Amino acid sequence: MISYYGYSDGSGEYFIIVDSEKCSGCQKCVNQCPKNALHIELLFIDLEDKPVASVKEAFCNKIQYICAQCKPEKNQTPCTLACPNKAIKCLYTTPATV
Amino acid sequence: MTLQTDNAFWRWQEYHRVMPDKSWTSTDVITAGVDVGSVGSKAAVLVNGEIYSWGITRTGSNSPDSAVKALNWALKDTGLKQSDCKYIVGTGYGRVNIPFANKALTEIACHAKGANYIWGSQVHTVLDVGGQDIKAIRCDDTGRVTSFLMNDKCAAGTGRGMEVFADLLQIPIEEIGEMSLKVDEEPPSVSCTCVAFAKTEAVGLLRKGWSKEKVLAAYTKAMAVRMSNLIKRVGLEPDLVITGGQSKNIGIVSRVEAALGVKCLAMPNWRENGLDPMIAGALGAGILQKPSMINPKTLEATT
Amino acid sequence: MTTSTIGFDIGTQTIKVIILNNKTRQVVARTQAFAGFDPAQALKTAVEQALKTANLTQTDITTFATTGSNLETYPYPVITVSTMSALTKAGTHFFPQAHTIIEVGAEEARAVKCDDRGLMVDFVVNERCAAGAGAFIEAMARALEVKMEDMGPLSLEAERASSINAACVIFGESDVVSLIHKQEPKSEIARAVYDAMADRVSAMVHRLGVNPQVVLVGGVAKDVGFIASLKRKLGVEVFIPEFSEYAGALGAALIGLTKSGGNKN
Repeated sequence: MISYYGYSDGSGEYFIIVDSEKCSGCQKCVNQCPKNALHIELLFIDLEDKPVASVKEAFCNKIQYICAQCKPEKNQTPCTLACPNKAIKCLYTTPATV
Repeated sequence: MTLQTDNAFWRWQEYHRVMPDKSWTSTDVITAGVDVGSVGSKAAVLVNGEIYSWGITRTGSNSPDSAVKALNWALKDTGLKQSDCKYIVGTGYGRVNIPFANKALTEIACHAKGANYIWGSQVHTVLDVGGQDIKAIRCDDTGRVTSFLMNDKCAAGTGRGMEVFADLLQIPIEEIGEMSLKVDEEPPSVSCTCVAFAKTEAVGLLRKGWSKEKVLAAYTKAMAVRMSNLIKRVGLEPDLVITGGQSKNIGIVSRVEAALGVKCLAMPNWRENGLDPMIAGALGAGILQKPSMINPKTLEATT
Repeated sequence: MTTSTIGFDIGTQTIKVIILNNKTRQVVARTQAFAGFDPAQALKTAVEQALKTANLTQTDITTFATTGSNLETYPYPVITVSTMSALTKAGTHFFPQAHTIIEVGAEEARAVKCDDRGLMVDFVVNERCAAGAGAFIEAMARALEVKMEDMGPLSLEAERASSINAACVIFGESDVVSLIHKQEPKSEIARAVYDAMADRVSAMVHRLGVNPQVVLVGGVAKDVGFIASLKRKLGVEVFIPEFSEYAGALGAALIGLTKSGGNKN
C-alpha cells in the first residue's frame, strides 16, 4: 500500500510517501528525522496489522513548514536517504513565483 | 424514512433505513460498523456479512454520543439491540472515542471495502468527499487498498467548503448540485481554490451581476478540478466511484467526470431501495472483520 | 520647482499611493484607498488626494511606478516593478542592515533574503492559501466577535495559548467557535490565532534562514499580537518601519525613480 501523508492546498503539494510493502519498519528514517515527525505505526493491511513508518498525525497538516528545512523538493532528505529499501520519498512543490 | 426539517441552508437530512425483504433470526451473526465523521455519523448493521440497516445523523460535539446516536438510528425498527451486535468496528475521524467498538480501523480501508461491497469488484478508484476531508483511494478487486491520499488540511472541495457556499448564496445544500448545472455555458472556474479567497471572489462576481447559478458553476468546477488532481496523484484506474456526502452533488460528480474523462459508476438509488454511498465507511467497517468473526460456527467456538 | 515620483501598490484589498521627492527621496505624501470593484477609479482618487496633500499637480510628476497585480490597465504611463524587487528595495531603504524582509498582507505573505549590498538572493511566497495571510487573523477575529484592532492587544493579555489545530481558515472558524463554547478565554484563543499564524510565517522564513536584521512590513506588521508571536517564534528582534503598509509603494517609487534616470530636475 502506498500512503501519501500531507496535503495540497492553494499554494502547492506537500507529501511524504511511504510504500508499506517496501517498508520493513526498521526505524532508520524515524531516527534521522530532525523534526521527529515520523514514527512506526501499526497499519491495517491485508486484514493484519503491520508495523510501518508513517508521518505522525499532528504533523500531516504541517508538512510544508515542518519539512521545509530538509529541502524536500530535491527528494534527498535525511529520511529518504536513510531508507535501505527506498520505501519513503517526498513530493514537494515550491510555491510558484509571481 | 424519517426526515428532520431545519431552516439552516447548510443542513442535510438525517435518516435511517431497514432493507426491505431482509430479516434476521437468533442464529444469524449480527455485526456493525460505525463511522464517526467530522460532520456526519453513520452506522451500518450487517446480518451474516450482508447489509441490513443503517442510520445517518449529524455528528454532535462529542464522538461517543454521536456513535451511540448513529447506531441507535441504524437499529431502529429492526428489533435488534446494541448487545445483539457480536462485533462492532469503529472508523472515521472520531473512531478512537467509540465506547462500544471492539476495534478501530482507519477510514481508508473501510471506504475501499464499503465501495467494493456497494459497486462490486470493478471499483478500483474511490474518491471520498467527506465533511472535512477528501480521500483518494486506489484498491484491487477485493477492495484492498493499494494506494491512498487523505487531504484534511484544506477545506477546498470538502462538504464544509460547499456548506460555506450554500450559506453564502442562501441555497439548501441538497440543491447546489442541480443549480450549478443550470448555466448556458460553463463559466471559467474561480481563480483560487482556497475557500476563504473564493468566497471573497464570489461576492465580487455576484456584485458584478453574475447569477447564483453561474457563481456556483465557477466554484464547483474549481473544486472538481482540485479533486481530480488528487485522484491523478494516486493514479486513476477505472472504474471510479464517489462516496461521502458530495457523491450526491451532481454538479461535482459530472465535473469530476469531465475533468478526468471517465464516467463514475452510477450511484445506487438510495432514495428508494439502493445503498447510500454515504455509508460506505460504516459498511466497510462492518465487513472488515476477520472472516472467522462472520462465520457463526467459529464464532461460537471462540466465545 | 521640485519634481516627484509616484509609487503605487495595488493590493487585493487596498491601494497604497506614495509620493517621493525626486531630489531628497523623502516621502511627501501617502494615501490609502479601498480597492473595491473598480480599482482603476480608486487608484485615480487616491492619486489625486495624494497630490493635493503634497500640494502638487500631475505635471510635477516625472514617473509613475507600480507594483502589485490587481490591475490590468493603468490610467497613467507606468513602470512596473515586481513585488519582490519593491519589497527588497523598501526593506533595505528603511534598514540598510536588513538581510531578511518579511511582508504579510491581507491575502499573501512573502519573505526575501538579501545580501550585504541589499540585493535579493532568495525568496518565498504564499499567496494562494488564506491560512498564511492576514485574512486568517481577520476571519478568526470575526469568529471571536472581536474588532480587528482589538485582537492584538487582547492576545497580549494571555499568558498561554489555547490549542488550534486547523491549518485552514474555514476549519479554524469552527475550531474557534467550539473553543468559545468550551468557555476558553478569548485572549488565549486570540494568542493561539497569532501563534498559528506566526508558525506559518516563521517556517516560511526558516526556509531562507533567519538572517538579522529581520524587517517586517505589510498591513499585518502593525499588529502587536502578530509581532509578539513572530518574535517568539523567530527568536530575534524584528524591525518594523514607520508606515510599514506602504513598503510596496515606496519600493516601486524608489526603483521607478532610478529606472527613469534619477533626479533630473
